[in-house]
Amino acid sequence: MAIMTYADAAKAGLAEEMRRDPHVWAVGEDLGRGGVFGQYGGMLAEFGPERISDAPISEACIMGAAVGAAMMGTRPVVEMRFSDFALCAIDELVNQAAKARYMFGGQARVPLVVREPIGMWRSSAAQHSQSLESWYTHIPGLVVVCPSSPADNKGLLKTAIRSDDPVVYMEHKGLWPVEGEVPEGDHLVPFGKANVLREGRDVTIVSWSAQVHLCMKAAEQLAKDGIEAEVIDLRTLWPWDKDRVLASVEKTGRLIVAQEAVSVSGFGAEIAATVSETLHGALKAPVKRLGAPRIPVSYAPPLEDKARVTADQIAAAATALVGR
Amino acid sequence: MAVAARKTSGGGRTDRGAAAETAVDPAVSEVPANNPPPFTEAEDLSAYHEMLLIRRFEEKAGQLYGMGLIGGFCHLYIGQEAVVVGMQMAANEGDEVITGYRDHGHMLACGMDPRGVMAELTGRRGGYSKGKGGSMHMFSKEKAFYGGHGIVGAQVSLGTGLGLANWYREDGKVALVYFGDGAANQGQVYESFNMAELWKLPVVYIIENNKYAMGTSVNRASAQTDFSKRGVSFNIPGEQVDGMDVRAVREAGQRAIDFARSGKGPYILEMQTYRYRGHSMSDPAKYRTKDEVAKMREERDPIEMVRKRLLESHKVGEDELKKIDAKVREIVNDSAEFASHDPEPDPAELWTDILVEVRA
Repeated sequence: MAIMTYADAAKAGLAEEMRRDPHVWAVGEDLGRGGVFGQYGGMLAEFGPERISDAPISEACIMGAAVGAAMMGTRPVVEMRFSDFALCAIDELVNQAAKARYMFGGQARVPLVVREPIGMWRSSAAQHSQSLESWYTHIPGLVVVCPSSPADNKGLLKTAIRSDDPVVYMEHKGLWPVEGEVPEGDHLVPFGKANVLREGRDVTIVSWSAQVHLCMKAAEQLAKDGIEAEVIDLRTLWPWDKDRVLASVEKTGRLIVAQEAVSVSGFGAEIAATVSETLHGALKAPVKRLGAPRIPVSYAPPLEDKARVTADQIAAAATALVGR
Repeated sequence: MAVAARKTSGGGRTDRGAAAETAVDPAVSEVPANNPPPFTEAEDLSAYHEMLLIRRFEEKAGQLYGMGLIGGFCHLYIGQEAVVVGMQMAANEGDEVITGYRDHGHMLACGMDPRGVMAELTGRRGGYSKGKGGSMHMFSKEKAFYGGHGIVGAQVSLGTGLGLANWYREDGKVALVYFGDGAANQGQVYESFNMAELWKLPVVYIIENNKYAMGTSVNRASAQTDFSKRGVSFNIPGEQVDGMDVRAVREAGQRAIDFARSGKGPYILEMQTYRYRGHSMSDPAKYRTKDEVAKMREERDPIEMVRKRLLESHKVGEDELKKIDAKVREIVNDSAEFASHDPEPDPAELWTDILVEVRA
């Protein structure tokens, strides 16, 4: 085990896969100088400009060309810099990459990883802060990954690169400097297997990405008051570990879904609906969703903060559900 | 208020509907002055067979559509046959082909099985996409055909990626990327041009200018109607080609493919062609006159041109051409027969091919 940042863990995973498989290559804007967040720093020297490829500022063409190159059997890792920018390439991702395998009767494969950093980060304002993960969960043919820790960012990225499906890989900008233990070598985290970060009998808290850390903080506060929360990090939103979530809620009878994204039509709604449909009789309290209000993200820090779901809010919601 | 304001301020504009009133669009009857070398008898016979197969296949598809056996959107290639047939005569085996939704001709020219194509049109089990794609969406890695795409212009960036993969793997192949005069006005086309020239990718962009972007003539849709110039600001060479003359297509195609294969980067060919039918089966094509279509069929038909050469220059007998006609009809009838009786897809197919690991 080594201590690594979330950014370096992904870099280690990508570098390992590039050493293992010459068909793996990365393309995006400014990758040669390390990428916008330094997450490709130093890779040019090892892999050269053909494999750490600096593209013009042309998201649609970057994505489209990567889809074509993936259909030919190479395994591109596409860097979109911000999930907001990826919207310039939404046709290529949603209409082409996601559909090719199905509409060509299984003959085409699109082994593509699209890295789309999400989340609020240091006053990035409305067009550099969005968390759009739920959009992609709506599209059949896409895998959606939202790692929360350095270890997962390595293990899930390696799994994504080896997947024969197009994977929307959403790292949280606020997590880049977060450090943690990362297994060395072939550390692969499977899709669709949630990580139970803390077991508890009173309330289930489901989350993903950076919000997971706030859920853990809330769980610690709750423990002091004698409330034991079970915290589940979904890791991947599609496929999502429905079985693990249902088993937990069956035990606790209470569910909170906490997300940084806008709550309306967020993935939390899917989880809430699934639990309500399946476990209505076992619920001791109504399902609670926590997420951002339906407003664009602001620039000024006090306004930006207003859109965040805090650990205190999560703890308060849990306390209310448990009825204390 | 807004409407009135537009009326008073719009005096300086030309009437954007005016071109539609013209009886025969002047841009339609222009023919680039190519002077291609003649074909040998064998080459003309081969081109005749290939083009006739596409035409008869498309006519049959039109009939099956009329009978209700084919649904959805069905775009016929009739009139444009010389483009893909001439390009395939210039291409090497393994060079990739990608195009939009008017794709039946491209698939046949790539050597895909007419049965598999027709059965996809009828949505049957034996179709190339097992009935899940339809007319616009077929694919054959074996024949290097990469679809079959329904979003106008999207195949241009994907096709650039095919060239990118060729470049990455140094496999010596060239990607042939087809799109129409309509798609040429999409933004990602120019992102693709820039990237392809910047990285000197082995791509030939073939703009099939069939004179109408759906129902809008080139003059009403394009500020620059000489599509061979669309790559000028990227330094991509381009030329206009008589896309009704398979010899001119083959000759220009060879030049473009050789250029791309030698590592010099992309090349643009504007094929001046013409589609006889509407944009799709549901389009009665009332935006042009019957005279315009009749004139083109009479004077510029790509298949008649070859037929005439075979009879007059190569002294091939009518009997031999009749044999080819009969053979082509047999292939097409067989494909229609297969496509009409092949079973429909099993409902279980609904859930396959979505993700490698399917989870409901």
